[in-house]
Amino acid sequence: MAGLKLKNIMGKIAGFFTAASRSGLLWPVIFFGLILLVNALINPGFFDIEIKDGRLSGSLIDIMNRSSYIILLAIGMTFVVATAGIDISVGAVVAISAAVSAYLIGGTLVVENGVQQYVSFMPMPVAIIAALLIATALGMWNGLLISRMGLQPIIATLILMVAGRGIAQLITSGQIITIYYKPFFFIGGGYLFGIPFSIYIVAAVLAVVMFLKKRTALGLFIQSVGINKTATRFAGINSSNIILWVYAFSGFCAGIVGLLVCSNNKSADGNNAGYNMELDAILAVVLGGTSLAGGKFYIMGSVIGGLIIQSLTTTIFSIKEIKPEANLVVKAVIVFVVCLIQSESFRKKVAGVIFLREKKSL
Amino acid sequence: MRKLFRCAVIGAALAVSVTGCGKGGDKIVLGFSQIGAESEWRTANTESIKSAAKDEGIDLKFSDAQQKQENQLKAIRSFIAQKVDAIAFSPVVTSGWEAVLKEAKDANIPVFITDRAVDVQDDSMWVTVMGSDFTEEGRRAARWLQEYAAKQNWKGTINVVELQGTVGSAPAIERKKGFEEVMKSTPNFKTIRSQTGEFTRAKGKEVMEAFLKAEGKKINVLFAHNDDMAIGAIQAIEEYGLKPGKDITIVSIDAVKGAFEAMIAGKLNCSVECSPLLGPQLMQAVKDYKAGKTIPKRIVTNETIFPAEVAAKEFPNRKY
Repeated sequence: MAGLKLKNIMGKIAGFFTAASRSGLLWPVIFFGLILLVNALINPGFFDIEIKDGRLSGSLIDIMNRSSYIILLAIGMTFVVATAGIDISVGAVVAISAAVSAYLIGGTLVVENGVQQYVSFMPMPVAIIAALLIATALGMWNGLLISRMGLQPIIATLILMVAGRGIAQLITSGQIITIYYKPFFFIGGGYLFGIPFSIYIVAAVLAVVMFLKKRTALGLFIQSVGINKTATRFAGINSSNIILWVYAFSGFCAGIVGLLVCSNNKSADGNNAGYNMELDAILAVVLGGTSLAGGKFYIMGSVIGGLIIQSLTTTIFSIKEIKPEANLVVKAVIVFVVCLIQSESFRKKVAGVIFLREKKSL
Repeated sequence: MRKLFRCAVIGAALAVSVTGCGKGGDKIVLGFSQIGAESEWRTANTESIKSAAKDEGIDLKFSDAQQKQENQLKAIRSFIAQKVDAIAFSPVVTSGWEAVLKEAKDANIPVFITDRAVDVQDDSMWVTVMGSDFTEEGRRAARWLQEYAAKQNWKGTINVVELQGTVGSAPAIERKKGFEEVMKSTPNFKTIRSQTGEFTRAKGKEVMEAFLKAEGKKINVLFAHNDDMAIGAIQAIEEYGLKPGKDITIVSIDAVKGAFEAMIAGKLNCSVECSPLLGPQLMQAVKDYKAGKTIPKRIVTNETIFPAEVAAKEFPNRKY
């Protein structure tokens, strides 16, 4: 009887694993778990979450909060990658969005009779909408170059990647704009019911995207564009428009991140905002199991990919023994191992070697 | 006929340029190649050089390299072609200057290097390297901390965390070195964490968050290699529920406007000056050289430290 029950449970676990591996989430989840475990071993208080001034505070919350940038970019990037494209301009778009919002809110400290006054150059909603619109327009620019002009995605987005930082610098006049307008800080640094507000933003974007993927044919369309653009067009789907809007959405996501970064740091830095973030976003997508060759894509995989990268960064910062000079090496080695194990052909090879040995020993 | 016309034009141009030179009389012409305008600090540096040249009656030819070495090389070569009296520049990177420095030397034009050093073996290539002594800035931060600790009567072990600058950059290496050198004399200060915040607010905040989660209230002191990282860290400390400047004593380097605002608000305890205002010293050196005086190979910028107590008084005088 007990044996039967055990068998049942084992069967269920096996079923869970096959389902997880079919959805592409098995390895990303395992790695995320491993990184958290290593953290907990090194730093016993790692999983502790305290309540401070009505806010949740702890390493896990930090990781979730900090990873919101990479996750949002990775969500946009997943669709782009699914159409067999790539968008390396998102880091620059983050900088532009941050610069636009900071410029419109204005960076002047107004003190009247020793009390700081909260004044903004333009009303805050105008600044937010302008930043998002400009970011989306920049994404559409990429999309037009690729879908209408036939440019290679990496070249089309490279143009904006290089020019974008210059544009951001022009907007900020090459300076760091410090923002003193308190209501703006809520977006990237505020808390709602004790949880960082940026996590709600990620959740909202994720919910919309998952709805579109699961409840409409959009996901299928995007996937089919990635597998074969021409065949898709012959099937009556407007491939060009899908490509256009996929890049526009990626730009929109970068726009949100620009707002978050700007609000969290209370400043816009044209040189450094979003610097190298495009690489982290692409890495998150790849770690999540989506192939750069396009086709099938895993949004939840990208989300976990983003969590993996951020938890790695946080881990490196919280391990005393890692010298700053070694930060990047440590990160690279771990990412290398994760990518290797993600690769199915590598797994098969390793399994083959082990299996052969067992046979010989028999 | 055409040839004759061309000759005439060239002749006229020559005549104009000769009279152009004559008109300036003995006014010194200085060509200056600036890195760019990447920060408030740099803009203040440019302003200082421009206004000092005006005050000293030096004819300044200013060129902005927009953070590119090739632009600086181009600018310096054009200064040589224009036969200026002296060339000064802030090198964007340390290497790759041999050829152009030799060209200047061959043309007998003295070169003054400002703010950052160059990696060239032969020091006869330039007159002087003028700028901040990063090691001394580290030492000053450490000395201030020791004095503050003595004044506050701190006892027992004091835990220090350090936010380093960009890995491998001269200010990061030297500020760390200077700080450690002085701190050796007070072994009760222990540096328990040290990571790079890449000189930015964003990274400074992120790294400080991780430090706080790992060490929590054990942290007594933060030493940041620049003000921007300290400003980011201050946000992290506030969000963690501690009081920056009180629960954690903070000392950083640069003394930019943002640091003064933080000091006035009581959130930063001290900022060591790293002054961009080297214009007057540069103009003096150029004039002295022209007058035949010997110039030391290294000129250190006049700098001081600003503890929080003097911040409110000093703030209106700050130019950057």
